[in-house]
Amino acid sequence: MTETIAEGTSSIEALSLVPKAEAKQSMKDFKSDQEVRWCPGCGDYAVLAAVQGFMPELGLAKENIVFVSGIGCSSRFPYYMNTYGMHSIHGRAPAIASGLASSRRDLSVWVVTGDGDALSIGGNHLIHALRRNVNLKILLFNNRIYGLTKGQYSPTSEVGKITKSTPMGSLDAPFNPVSLAIGAEASFVARTVDSDRKHLTGVLRAAAAHPGTALVEIYQNCNIFNDGAFEVLKDKQQAEEAVIRLEHGQPIRFGALAEDGLGSKGVVRDPATGDLKVVDVATVGADAVLVHDAHQASPTTAFALSRLADPDTLHHTPIGVLRNVDRPVYDTLMGEQLDTAIEQKGKGDLASLLAGNDTWTVVG
Amino acid sequence: MTSQVSSQAEQADGALTREPQAPGTGADGGKNGGTHGGTDGGKNGGKEVRRLDRVIIRFAGDSGDGMQLTGDRFTSETATFGNDLSTLPNFPAEIRAPAGTLPGVSSFQLHFADHDILTPGDAPNVLVAMNPAALKANLADVPRGAEIIVNTDEFTKRPMAKVGYDVSPLEDGSLEAYNVHPVPLTTLTIEALKEFGLSRKEAERSKNMFALGLLSWMYHRPTEGTEAFLRQKFAKKPDIAEANVAAFRAGWNFGETTEDFAVSYEVAPATQAFPTGTYRNISGNLALSYGLIAAGQQADLPLYLGSYPITPASDILHELSKHKNFGVRTFQAEDEIAGIGAALGAAFGGALAVTTTSGPGVALKSETIGLAVSLELPLVIVDIQRGGPSTGLPTKTEQADLLQAMYGRNGEAPVPIVAPKTPADCFDAALDAARIALTYRTPVFLLSDGYLANGSEPWRIPEVDELPDLRVQFASGANHTLADGTEVFWPYKRDEQTLARPWAVPGTPGLEHRIGGIEKQDGTGNISYDPANHNFMVRTRQAKIDGIEVPDLEVDDPTVEAAVHDGQGAAAAQGADTLVLGWGSTYGPITAAVRRVRRDGGRVAQAHLRHLNPFPRNLGAVLARYDKVVVPEMNLGQLATLLRAKYLVDARSYTQVSGMPFKAEQLAEVFKEAIND
Repeated sequence: MTETIAEGTSSIEALSLVPKAEAKQSMKDFKSDQEVRWCPGCGDYAVLAAVQGFMPELGLAKENIVFVSGIGCSSRFPYYMNTYGMHSIHGRAPAIASGLASSRRDLSVWVVTGDGDALSIGGNHLIHALRRNVNLKILLFNNRIYGLTKGQYSPTSEVGKITKSTPMGSLDAPFNPVSLAIGAEASFVARTVDSDRKHLTGVLRAAAAHPGTALVEIYQNCNIFNDGAFEVLKDKQQAEEAVIRLEHGQPIRFGALAEDGLGSKGVVRDPATGDLKVVDVATVGADAVLVHDAHQASPTTAFALSRLADPDTLHHTPIGVLRNVDRPVYDTLMGEQLDTAIEQKGKGDLASLLAGNDTWTVVG
Repeated sequence: MTSQVSSQAEQADGALTREPQAPGTGADGGKNGGTHGGTDGGKNGGKEVRRLDRVIIRFAGDSGDGMQLTGDRFTSETATFGNDLSTLPNFPAEIRAPAGTLPGVSSFQLHFADHDILTPGDAPNVLVAMNPAALKANLADVPRGAEIIVNTDEFTKRPMAKVGYDVSPLEDGSLEAYNVHPVPLTTLTIEALKEFGLSRKEAERSKNMFALGLLSWMYHRPTEGTEAFLRQKFAKKPDIAEANVAAFRAGWNFGETTEDFAVSYEVAPATQAFPTGTYRNISGNLALSYGLIAAGQQADLPLYLGSYPITPASDILHELSKHKNFGVRTFQAEDEIAGIGAALGAAFGGALAVTTTSGPGVALKSETIGLAVSLELPLVIVDIQRGGPSTGLPTKTEQADLLQAMYGRNGEAPVPIVAPKTPADCFDAALDAARIALTYRTPVFLLSDGYLANGSEPWRIPEVDELPDLRVQFASGANHTLADGTEVFWPYKRDEQTLARPWAVPGTPGLEHRIGGIEKQDGTGNISYDPANHNFMVRTRQAKIDGIEVPDLEVDDPTVEAAVHDGQGAAAAQGADTLVLGWGSTYGPITAAVRRVRRDGGRVAQAHLRHLNPFPRNLGAVLARYDKVVVPEMNLGQLATLLRAKYLVDARSYTQVSGMPFKAEQLAEVFKEAIND
């Protein structure tokens, strides 16, 4: 990944107002005293470990870090982080976190949510948080199933999925969370996989550095109700054809290695439709392959990339940072309006506010 | 021109009315017949001037006629003049309902007096009707003998047909019982603005200012304020500003010149009615907004409003968004749920957090209110009640959210409830709601309503140093010692007195903790599914709310006071056996009705609840003292239900759900019936 920041620094604009830790931190500092109660083998353990392992790198005072979650298996996450945390109600974490982040710019606020929490009951809050660009880092654990309620299909489940609530197969078409986020004006959108700690950490690093809302979709295995949902992305052999690893500034190539040491498949723009498609690099030449530009102002190419993945087979699933652009940050703007108001009108004086302009006096 | 007459209904508030009633005219219960003013022989532009103690004016027109603005300006003039006043704006939910139709009529009623008054009045002495629809929609409220000023220009075939007048009511004799002043308001306005080179349509729009000018002349209102207001409002369009000023002056001059208006009236300032102080006019929503800002200042906490626009609460969002220089943050959320969610997030971060809404919004916020109950964080939930259920009557008033506020959540989720009683009282009620929220770390309902929100009255501006100190202590360190001697922070270790838990805000080192909506273990706050713990926590949360300190209920019973004054002692006094108990915005009409009953010799005690949860400690004892307890409410008896359940008292419910406030006359009859029962 090129979206990295130097380890151990937090001279990142996004975190400039957050106080730094006085002493060097370790992963242990971020573990709470609570017993982790996910099912054995759950992908959430890997994500928790990755986050706890990554946090010391930011070097932030941990009392200035807050994890806010909704409802669902992944939403138990805050209990296991030795930071401030709130396990709220179903779907509402982005709204609650928006209030916290916009009133306290000295905090690093993280949202932990799932596919049902973020995209079904909380869909409205998610898109509006992204649109506003509040300084939040949203980790969306996508296991394509409802786990905590014991196995109903979710808004990211593939069509025709047989679950407890859909014995004849689910009827509704799924959301692609990355496409949705890009459509909702997100300034930072990335996707990663629970089992790839290095990739996951790299994406977290880039998200933490981003001023504004960062949406990170994490494919996460539910070994009880939807085991193996992402196996195609994890099995080395299958992954070769299924996973497209995006790196800013690099040609988008994947698959078995070609002679030049890069993937033999590549993403090119179809001149006829303007859309993206996957081709054998050998047939078009390496120069024709699209170079990934996460900073492109227009979301068009990032959106097209997000559509390469087949929702059923997950073939051609791009992972990494799809989009990372600068856009004014809501809480910064809100703070600036307060400053401007004080500059223009002076600090509020309660007595003169209450008195107003039209008064009369009654003398005893 | 006859003098202004009023039915007994308008004497509602007349505790200080100086003129005795004309004898023998009150028997039919309808008309008083006597003037309540005296002719002092003064002259206004060479015309007769009469003195009145009180007047009720209603401006009525099409939604697009600017009646609310006209009413607001007359109110400002009246406030500046020093009368006591009370207002009742009444308008349709549609922004521009079909022109000229009955549903499109917008009105503004204003009651002003030389003494202390409590309501916008039952029935107008003067109706200004800008079109046939306004006349038709309001005529039933106008007592015979009252004055009606009509804009004759609008009484043409089409506008009349729209409201079902086949023949002009101005010509068919149907208005004979009234003193009708036919005035071609539109023509006169256009004529007055000839030199401004405006189109006919533009010039016509100033006819409300012409009407305002005429009424300002009739009642000797000061005019400088309105002229300054117009020039400021249209600062970017000086032509329009001057045209409006010209129309306003033309209206004034018309009154002075035309023979149709032979008399003008004076209503002296209400100097006796008010304690010493500096006053302003204020509406309920403005007072409530100022109360919230003041609470933030007095608590030394940043004020954070998370809100979604909804009638009739949006004005608070608008107002607070103007005061960013007080550190006020306003967050217009994507929906009601996000509005309260953002507020709750800010509360976790240490802000004085508020969400504002009306009944339908409360329904959407319910789950988050439950979370706030569980998290035990301070949060003020402002519900400006309106007619329900569902969308109901967005611009009309009702008190039907009491039980929703009280019980409208899953599980045992007690929330304190504070209710203001008058527009100006919204200021104090907001401070009180903030006090309870901050002291006890709990969401608090502030139940106002559409009548208080939009109505206005004079307000004695408080000195800032009279305001309560609402400062709180954030947790700063360990509060518990484990058996092994380790000092730890327990987020649910409570204050013994208040049962409030510590408020430990992010950024405080060493106090990192996690809270959530799952049941928590007492003390540690860790997740707990233990049956005994849940039982304890549910009861403890209830005990915290039950233990909130609220002042005792004061009962107003002059018969007892008189006895005490005579040295007989309260016990010996033969007080009233009927108590009238209200809550919220019914205070004005109830008090006016009680005064009327007492004036007529009836014995009645009155009390008004500000705190609906918890109730004042002495409420049970107070209720027990009376044979009869009458509870008037603008719902189907919600407070009465609570009283019956809690105190086993045979409360008599008197209810109205018309979207309009009670009339004093109506309540007085109810109280008399109860007394005589």
